[in-house]
Amino acid sequence: MAGKSHITIKGTKEGLVFLLDDRCEFVTLLDELHSKLDKHEKQFTGPIIHVFIKLGTRMLEEEDKERIRSVIRRQGNLIIQSIESNPPEADANSSAAPGLHTMAGIVRSGQTLEFDGHLLLLGDVNPGGAIRCTGDVYVLGALRGTVHAGSSGNEAAIIAASLMKPTQLRIAEIISRPPDEWTSAEPWMEYAFLRDGTMSIDKMTSLSRHRKELMQFKGV
Amino acid sequence: MGEAIVVTSGKGGVGKTTTSANLGTALAIMGKKVCMVDTDIGLRNLDVVMGLENRIIYDLIDVADGRCRVNQALIKDKRFDELYMLPAAQTKDKNDITPDQVRQIIESLKPDYDYVIIDCPAGIEQGFRNAIAGADQAIVVTTPENAAVRDADRVIGLLEKDRFPSPKLIINRIRPNLLKNGDMLEIDDICQVLAIDLIGIVPDDEMVIRAANQGEPTVMNPSSRAAIAYRNIARRILGETVPLSQLDDKSGMFHKVKKFLGMG
Repeated sequence: MAGKSHITIKGTKEGLVFLLDDRCEFVTLLDELHSKLDKHEKQFTGPIIHVFIKLGTRMLEEEDKERIRSVIRRQGNLIIQSIESNPPEADANSSAAPGLHTMAGIVRSGQTLEFDGHLLLLGDVNPGGAIRCTGDVYVLGALRGTVHAGSSGNEAAIIAASLMKPTQLRIAEIISRPPDEWTSAEPWMEYAFLRDGTMSIDKMTSLSRHRKELMQFKGV
Repeated sequence: MGEAIVVTSGKGGVGKTTTSANLGTALAIMGKKVCMVDTDIGLRNLDVVMGLENRIIYDLIDVADGRCRVNQALIKDKRFDELYMLPAAQTKDKNDITPDQVRQIIESLKPDYDYVIIDCPAGIEQGFRNAIAGADQAIVVTTPENAAVRDADRVIGLLEKDRFPSPKLIINRIRPNLLKNGDMLEIDDICQVLAIDLIGIVPDDEMVIRAANQGEPTVMNPSSRAAIAYRNIARRILGETVPLSQLDDKSGMFHKVKKFLGMG
């Protein structure tokens, strides 16, 4: 095993805690787990020992968890108590995209789509339907219902839609009710944002001026 | 094994019962063996529209509670040998039967019929859940009004969440003169919002009211424009390709629908 070890084993009152590195390849982890257990085979015989596995920020599918379990299960006296990971904390107030989540479908009347992060919806939001999201909301379709972006207080969040005909828009604490405050029947894609605490609408091409921190395309 | 189709809408008064009665009758005209089931317990009226009220002996609740066999509760239509209906109870309410019981009754009917048409009550509560329980396919009826379209959208959402991946849409009570003036929702606007397959459009027709009061489904009267529309929907249910253009011979304003469906 070249380089530094990716697995740290700590003994606690409850049993053994396996700290698995969350930066390396998963396969590397499995290999190392194999060899660690083989190397210390003698120490792991005897009375039943409870094992707690901590994955750090690594998120694993159930089948990968099962692979870890099967490696450890070879040592008859090791009993896995838990496999835990701590998902990276999304900073609701940072507008640097922690990744855009894409979903497809129609949000129909009476349905609410809630999401933590930035959301791209491939489909419509119908009247009576709602999206509530802590980050930005991009609707690749007709927005006829209600969207609340930056729902945990992020005033920099925006709402973009191919067809902007909402029942109501909310960004952070600001609520806006078209057509009383503004109207839009433009055939091009638009986005809503907060300017000095009031809702504004602009065409999509203006977003690069408004959102300087986004990766900008400046031509080749 | 027949197919069970539920006719639903969310909003009341858009023509679920009229649609059920006319589709059932139209399918019978085309030689299919049909059973219509009224699940609007406490507010039954499919029997009234069909003119079969005075023949009721047992009802859906009697079957569910085992007071009679399903064949004893079925009423044979007075016009067609292959058309039957199972009436709802009038004295009980929607909570006196469970979705499982309805499913069992529908399942027991399906082997003997080509089509089982289930008339759903308005609303999205227990009555709705009962009605959709045994169905294989769903038809959503709406009218060109905002409130009806909103409710249809809600119901389509519930149907999709249940186990109906592609409900079909009927737009009922279209009034061509209002449509022409832009006072009524356009058909393709409705289709755009609801985003499900349109299986038929039915014009508003006074003959429907007259026929319902006489207990004679409109579809029996070939001079009614609504009758032609219902017959066309029945043919589409049977798998025929029937263009929606049949109505525009007189009015010429349905070209948008044709265009929407790629038939124009």
